[in-house]
Amino acid sequence: MKNIISRRSFLKGTMATACTLAAAGIPASAAGAAGKEQLATLLDIRKCIGCEACVEACKEVNETKFPDPKKPFPKMYPDRVPVMDWSDKQDVTDRLTPYNWLFIQSATVKINGEETELTIPRRCMHCVNPPCVKLCPWGSARLLENGISRIDPDLCLGGSKCKAVCPWHIPERQTGVGIYLDLLPSLAGNGVMYKCDRCYNRIADGELPACIEACPEDVQTIGPRDEIIKKAHVLAKEIGGYIYGEKENGGTNTIYVSPVPFEELNKAIETGKGKPHLQPVKDSMADSNNLAAAMIIAPIAGVVAAAGKFYKMSKTGK
Amino acid sequence: MDFKENHIKSNRKTIMRYLYLMTVFFLTLTGFGNMPIFKRYYIADIPGLGWLAEYYVTLYIHYLFAILLIGIISYLIIEYLLTKRKSIKITLSGYIRGSVVAGLLITGILLVIRNHEVSGFAPGFIIFLYICHLTLVMVLLMAGVYSVIFKNKWYFEVKH
Repeated sequence: MKNIISRRSFLKGTMATACTLAAAGIPASAAGAAGKEQLATLLDIRKCIGCEACVEACKEVNETKFPDPKKPFPKMYPDRVPVMDWSDKQDVTDRLTPYNWLFIQSATVKINGEETELTIPRRCMHCVNPPCVKLCPWGSARLLENGISRIDPDLCLGGSKCKAVCPWHIPERQTGVGIYLDLLPSLAGNGVMYKCDRCYNRIADGELPACIEACPEDVQTIGPRDEIIKKAHVLAKEIGGYIYGEKENGGTNTIYVSPVPFEELNKAIETGKGKPHLQPVKDSMADSNNLAAAMIIAPIAGVVAAAGKFYKMSKTGK
Repeated sequence: MDFKENHIKSNRKTIMRYLYLMTVFFLTLTGFGNMPIFKRYYIADIPGLGWLAEYYVTLYIHYLFAILLIGIISYLIIEYLLTKRKSIKITLSGYIRGSVVAGLLITGILLVIRNHEVSGFAPGFIIFLYICHLTLVMVLLMAGVYSVIFKNKWYFEVKH
């Protein structure tokens, strides 16, 4: 089956765009950053061989973004505040950490009666309406116009709210870095939260995210969300497969296609700290956004009540 | 008869006052609950207050009381314009606190809009909104305490 945007065509396209922009005198990075179209990735689980080339590439390319904590960490109060230090465990690749934004989950499942091991690259899902971004109390998590959610390490205080509200609990904390050190390190904040930013800087420069570029099996495809969704459906139909990420949490920009139901995959993978599940997820922001609709009714109710009182007063003449 | 009417009016005023105070109290509590502090400082460990560490719960309650506050304020503004413009005079303290509440409503509504999928506010503007919202609530609380200490009312009644 032909990819909508394969690595080659993505690069060709971006090269062409870059050339056009260069001719027009517009920096390609600025144009990339201004891209308003939501980009999604499609992951064909069948193709993944679990070689971890994506994991290595992610680590290599994003090394400069990784935390460099100062030790000893300032004493934090009260004592219950957990110190999260991954700086001595930077080589861990079997889960998400501040130094490992992508890892491979494996699941042994039966396909047509045959026991098969499937491997699944896992990282931030980049939700369409990400609760990590929307509920960050400081505005340090941000949603880019091309659908990438990223945490600004210069602003994050490491409160870990983004992790708590994320249905997959993706972001991971590193103590001893960030702006909290310059504020009240003992009393507020606890480092910086880290997660996949889908190589936003590379995309802005017209390059592919490292994990996509490094994959020898072309597991991932990147493109406009609508097209990726269409492609996922075509692929799922073709293989009699299943889709994850299209509707989870109200929609994400990471779409998995699997030959076995995700319910089965979820049972087969190891989940826990730094190892996200594959369960169905309802839209985290839906309830609050529905409540927000009632805010339109509130002033009307107030006005009607006051007008009713005025009417009653003018009728009784008091 | 006059006594009965005055009694009803006074009761209404008291109910409205306590409704407003309760709304501001819960908005402040749940607003701070949207920051990761109640768990850290053992407040959520107090029996019955565990919900303060549940971010979605504090968010929903914040929204519910925001709805109530918008309703109360709309009612008071229209009531003032229609029936009380001549009978009460808003004090300087009232204008200041009213402006702060207006600021809180505007920034709050903008943050609610921002939580919708379609919003496209710039990151810098979002940080500005958060800082404004937090600063304004602190100012409102301080102004409230100051007004209680120095007995500054929102308004006084004009005697004809």
